[in-house]
Amino acid sequence: MTFLDYAPAPESTAILDLRPEYGLFIDGEWRAGGGEPFASVSPSTERQIAMFASADEGDVDAAVRAARAAFRDVWGPMSGRDRGKYLFRIARILQERARELAVAESLDNGKPIKETRDADVPLVAQWFFHCAGWADKLDWVGLGANPQPHGVAAQVIPWNFPLLMLAWKVAPALAAGNTVVLKPAETTPLTAMLFADVCEQAGLPAGVVNLVTGAGETGAALVRHPDVDKVAFTGSTAVGREIAKALAGTDKRLTLELGGKGANIVFDDAPLDQAIEGIVDGIFFNQGQVCCAGSRLLVQESVHDVVMERLKERMATLRVGDPLDKNTDVGAINSSAQLERITRLVETGIAEGGEAWSAPCELPSEGYWFAPTVVTGVEASSTIAREEIFGPVLSVLTFRTPDEAIAKANNTPYGLSAGIWSDKGSRVLAVADRLRAGVVWTNTFNKFDPASPFGGYKESGYGREGGRQGMQAYLKGGE
Amino acid sequence: MTTPSQALAPAERAVQLLGADLSEVALRRHLEGLPGVDAVGLEARAASLGTRSIKTTSKQAALDLVIRMIDLTTLQGADTRGKVRSLVAKALVPDASDPSTPRPAAVCVYGDMVQNAVDALGSAWSAGKDDGINVAAVATAFPAGRASLAVKLQDTRDAVAAGADEIDMVIDRGAFLEGRYGKVFDEIVQTKEACRRDDGTYAHLKVILETGELVTYDNVRRASWLSILAGGDFIKTSTGKVQPAATLPVTLLMLQVVRDWERLTGERVGVKPAGGISTAKDAIKYLVTVAETCGEAWLDPHLFRFGASSLLNDVLLQRQKLTTGRYSGPDYVTID
Repeated sequence: MTFLDYAPAPESTAILDLRPEYGLFIDGEWRAGGGEPFASVSPSTERQIAMFASADEGDVDAAVRAARAAFRDVWGPMSGRDRGKYLFRIARILQERARELAVAESLDNGKPIKETRDADVPLVAQWFFHCAGWADKLDWVGLGANPQPHGVAAQVIPWNFPLLMLAWKVAPALAAGNTVVLKPAETTPLTAMLFADVCEQAGLPAGVVNLVTGAGETGAALVRHPDVDKVAFTGSTAVGREIAKALAGTDKRLTLELGGKGANIVFDDAPLDQAIEGIVDGIFFNQGQVCCAGSRLLVQESVHDVVMERLKERMATLRVGDPLDKNTDVGAINSSAQLERITRLVETGIAEGGEAWSAPCELPSEGYWFAPTVVTGVEASSTIAREEIFGPVLSVLTFRTPDEAIAKANNTPYGLSAGIWSDKGSRVLAVADRLRAGVVWTNTFNKFDPASPFGGYKESGYGREGGRQGMQAYLKGGE
Repeated sequence: MTTPSQALAPAERAVQLLGADLSEVALRRHLEGLPGVDAVGLEARAASLGTRSIKTTSKQAALDLVIRMIDLTTLQGADTRGKVRSLVAKALVPDASDPSTPRPAAVCVYGDMVQNAVDALGSAWSAGKDDGINVAAVATAFPAGRASLAVKLQDTRDAVAAGADEIDMVIDRGAFLEGRYGKVFDEIVQTKEACRRDDGTYAHLKVILETGELVTYDNVRRASWLSILAGGDFIKTSTGKVQPAATLPVTLLMLQVVRDWERLTGERVGVKPAGGISTAKDAIKYLVTVAETCGEAWLDPHLFRFGASSLLNDVLLQRQKLTTGRYSGPDYVTID
């Protein structure tokens, strides 16, 4: 055994106390769902974690009624100061239970424990702390005189950051005085169920947070429910479009956070070693299953060869495998359906003339896995330069001048994120100014902060989450 | 750029690499043309390497490796012959309770103590060979380096004549910060020449950058590159007399430089963080950083060293814990 074959360092699952089956969390109670229960499996082993209830239209209606009643009788009339107390309490409990939540998230989603422990869960707590601080200050921070909540918020979230997306949705909604009905993704419902526990532990009044599990139909029923005032969705552009259509002509408020095809632009004067790290973080963080991933690498022609050589060397050191091992860098793909999509898109990329290179690594025999891959020789017209892959696959394009880099970066129907790597401050500012993307990172990538608004241009959606803009989205007259 | 032959003298090789004469201007253009270092990114990468979890068999192998990489050091004005004998005794038998404990790579002392160290080592002294414990001496008016070149060179020659296998020199930080890279370069070249023994072999030259005085990462990268260009066998972070001494980000950066140098020339240069590494846990973070930056070839005392005095005892405690299954305490390792 060589030193780099680090001995296994698995995080224990003994900290989890899971139930064999979970119901719907409505009005502070657990109840069975009208639909057929479904299993969630661990993507790294394909083993069943637990059964989850499926909410039908009747269940969704019950959840919305519970949220309405809680809004009318308890949460709406409550002072901001008191709402803040609940949110601070939730934030503290989330911190206290951080390890348990990290293990559960890693188990259910397939992402490495290193990420859930160091990124997802700390950010979740941070989001609640941040929003808790807003609750008693809404009247004095430029959101208008005495800003009012919408009422009942229907929230549908994706599987890539299950608990973090819950926090992005629930924390600002509650801080602003709304009550919520949230549907987690059907492949990753586990941490939302643990969050229900946290709400109970915090003594949150019944009906303020309601959780309905299920597949697409449950989500469709929820966002179409006539007594919902505000809809927030994070997920695919296709579903986002359906929701926008369904809500057209109603007075429901809508924010959408959808897909992306982020350009990560490396100039010839970039801090090279850090740029390589940034490229790796940009596309292999969470197996590339990130809407704001830096999935299109735009590298200046003069440094293309050296960047690719170093990137491949670095990719060869990525440790792919058991998500619960503390040394794992890249975990499992979330589902077989997603794995199939990634595989198909990479095949298309190769058929269209791209040259694929995968990091040499042994993939486990069970579970859903895709080796970190880079495809060079990709042109702006290639499918994999345009379609969101949502996997650990980097498409590499080149450019000659800053103008060409900007034109290529903007030449996408999406506009969620972009990155710039250059040691020259004036160039960074000039380029950032002209990129049509909601988030532009310079000399870093995939950094999130509750104080910073996040959201997209064009088909990446509308509305912002985080910061003052994120609070506005949950207040009347805000959008 | 063509790869110069290893046999070339540093100045000649540098001329080949730079493609110009070795004027101050040429050196400056070369060093200031190196890619910049983004401090936030460098520190984030170092922190992430620091989160690796090294357990059981890996930990066991790592602890032994750390011991074999230690330059066991005493650099005090108050050093006496007795103190040096005691240090050497510790190097010879680090843990009397476990004869399988490996020995450190070298003992590191001031130049006037070299003879004492050689005598105390006796047959365990490597005497320039690969087998045994080396004697390393700090030289060139260590730690400040504020003396004339003649004095620095004589300091070096004295230590080599007394038997030093390795010379730890300091660069002229003042000249470096003034932008007089050529002066720094010349001093290293001449010190290397002063490392020459009568039989034509050379004592190994470690070049101390004193990164705590260079302050910026860009400076550290330039000084590292300059020292290697001038023929240093090792680049070393610190004297241990200035804070901050060795840090993980600085060491990572220096490892990136030697990795790049190997890419360019095929030659391998060593790295030595010194000062402030006192726990086994920290030392293992350095090993991870070495292996994941330069590859496992660098996990070798010829290419990586720790300059430390108190680190050895903590490693011994951890080693005892792995062997016996329980923690003992500071009274179960010797104070030397």
